[in-house]
Amino acid sequence: MIVTLEVNGEPRSAEVAGWESLLWVLRERLGLLGAKDACLQGECGSCSVMLDGALVCACLVMAADVEGAQVSTVEGLASRAGLHPVQRSFVDEGAVQCGYCTPGLVVATAHLLDERPDASHDDIREALSGNLCRCTGYGALVRAVAAARDAAATAIDPAPADGDSEDRS
Amino acid sequence: MLIERPQDLPEALEGIGGSPHAVLLAGGTDLMVEVNLAHRRPEAVIALRRVDDLQTWEDGFIGAGVTYARMETGPLPALAELARTVGSPQIRAVGTIGGNLGTASPAGDTLPFLAAIDAEVVLGSRDGQRRLPWHEFLVGPKQTALTPGEVILGVQLPDHIPARQAFAKIGTRQAMVIATVNCCVLRDDDGTTRVAMGAVAPTVMRPREAERLASSEPRPSQAALDEFQRLVSAEVAPISDHRATEQYRRHAAGVLARRTLERCLTP
Repeated sequence: MIVTLEVNGEPRSAEVAGWESLLWVLRERLGLLGAKDACLQGECGSCSVMLDGALVCACLVMAADVEGAQVSTVEGLASRAGLHPVQRSFVDEGAVQCGYCTPGLVVATAHLLDERPDASHDDIREALSGNLCRCTGYGALVRAVAAARDAAATAIDPAPADGDSEDRS
Repeated sequence: MLIERPQDLPEALEGIGGSPHAVLLAGGTDLMVEVNLAHRRPEAVIALRRVDDLQTWEDGFIGAGVTYARMETGPLPALAELARTVGSPQIRAVGTIGGNLGTASPAGDTLPFLAAIDAEVVLGSRDGQRRLPWHEFLVGPKQTALTPGEVILGVQLPDHIPARQAFAKIGTRQAMVIATVNCCVLRDDDGTTRVAMGAVAPTVMRPREAERLASSEPRPSQAALDEFQRLVSAEVAPISDHRATEQYRRHAAGVLARRTLERCLTP
């Protein structure tokens, strides 16, 4: 069957089979290789994308059920003007080791900071609890998220951001 | 594969009645794991996420399509606590209470709350509705009383909701974990106590002897709590599997139930 959806603001359509997931369609039908194929059971978060405004594991979304949906992937975050602030922060803080989990983490982090611009250390750890980094580089990851949060706060309000000190330790 | 994407409840009920063996799809967090691992290849699917009637949460009725994310910020403390222990934000954004009931895992995290509060499961078909008490709906591990042509519409809670509520769960980490043991305790100001335990029997269960003891104690002493713990451990009927041994679960069930009760006793 054919499904029609919007991906990163552009109308797309794809022929899908019943057993296919949104992840399969993004990668194999639409050539968007950012969302990664790892556990295929919602454990690792490396396929995180936004579906109609919700952060989801694309591997757990049945492709046939995304008819009419709006999907955004990691490919939609950067613009001509440059990297998304979360991507910039991941680069600056060295929050990438092998990189396989990075796209999912970037999408999850961008979603978190949209929802909670003042996310605490605990909020960050909770929000990223479904994104596994098997290089175990969690310290730099949490620092990168806190730095992106603080940079956004500074951009809005020139007064020093009241970040919790443990994020920087 | 055929898929129907009904836009409202009448259309959904008609579709389910017309394809009684179609697989019902809500959040997909259980079904798609089986599909991805090639354990299942559904021939027909009815996708329910567009049906607004299933998203209703009014008074004591919680629609089958209510997600864990909504439960987390909802008015019922134990339901909010348990929702926060399910999966990850990605799972909680789409996973539903109706899906948890339909999957009927012995470890399902909403089930101890629904059992403790004596919820009824509301089922619908194109022929009408029926309500079943939780213990008549959950008939075995991954087995329910849902018949072909029916769909879970939601759960009906009783009018009286105990003020003191707590949920706790044991697993190998804080997130992304299926319960080794889970537990919900509800307590009224007069001491009436309801306890439900998951992952320690073929379905969620109520340790009735332990409930009677706790209910008879306005301010349970340490000795009474010891006895409560012992009774819970004696009443559960766990198995050994890849998550834990029967002995571990039996011990952990008593400890977990006691701690959860103690939380309900804290002023």
